[in-house]
Amino acid sequence: MIVNQFLILAAAMFSIGIYGVLVRRNAVLVLLSVELMLTAVNINLVAFGALIQDKLASGQVFALFVITVAAAEVGIGLAIVVLIFRNRSSANIDELDLMKW
Amino acid sequence: MSFGDWITEAQNIVFLVFAIAMLFASVVVVTSRNVVHAALMLVVALGGSAALFLMLGAEFVAWVVVLVYIGAVVVLFLFGIMITRAPTGRDTARLDHERRWPALLIAVATFATIATTTTLAFEDTEVAGEVVRTAQIGDLLFNRFVIPFEAVSFVLLAALIGGIVLARKDADE
Repeated sequence: MIVNQFLILAAAMFSIGIYGVLVRRNAVLVLLSVELMLTAVNINLVAFGALIQDKLASGQVFALFVITVAAAEVGIGLAIVVLIFRNRSSANIDELDLMKW
Repeated sequence: MSFGDWITEAQNIVFLVFAIAMLFASVVVVTSRNVVHAALMLVVALGGSAALFLMLGAEFVAWVVVLVYIGAVVVLFLFGIMITRAPTGRDTARLDHERRWPALLIAVATFATIATTTTLAFEDTEVAGEVVRTAQIGDLLFNRFVIPFEAVSFVLLAALIGGIVLARKDADE
């Protein structure tokens, strides 16, 4: 295994996630695409960790932290989406123009 | 290293199978007209990443991905889809924006930039995939990384309280 194969796969998944964030209208689907991007970052972290083989295993530890923060982000994000849906009976992002000048 | 040399290694064939499955699942996640299918295809993409972590010797991270992401986060997403009654039918117009081409252009440009800048430095550098034992990870988390660990547990607690506060209905309204 060479390290480049993991890096290219992660770059592809990250850009697919960016496409999803830009093109989706439903807030839940935008959060799904953000998860794809975080997974790509985790693949990069673990691949670099396996490449440098440091004693602190910092690549894997950082991947664990990213997973934890992602779990918190999904919890808060879905709570906000549910709240917005309750108030405006729509979860579409382009209809949320309250703060648009 | 040519592609012919690369593909003869058994590990790389396994990698190729997982990579194609993950990319297909990711594309379905961002293009599917059915919201539930998108959430379920995320399971395939995350499962593939767990398999790659196993190939790289990151056993604990792989099983944490299976437990936390596939076990908890995807279920949370399915609940979110159910509560917000996102259209589960085949109604593309309400799920996607009209302007797909600028987004596709940005995605391709991002891929080109990231892929070239990250891969330039390591031409054929091999990665070994030596197993890091779970005991070692636990030892590191509770010694060297104990302060970030506690900080991240505080973040989770704050997210828990914030989720409850946001989602509950006020009694006096």
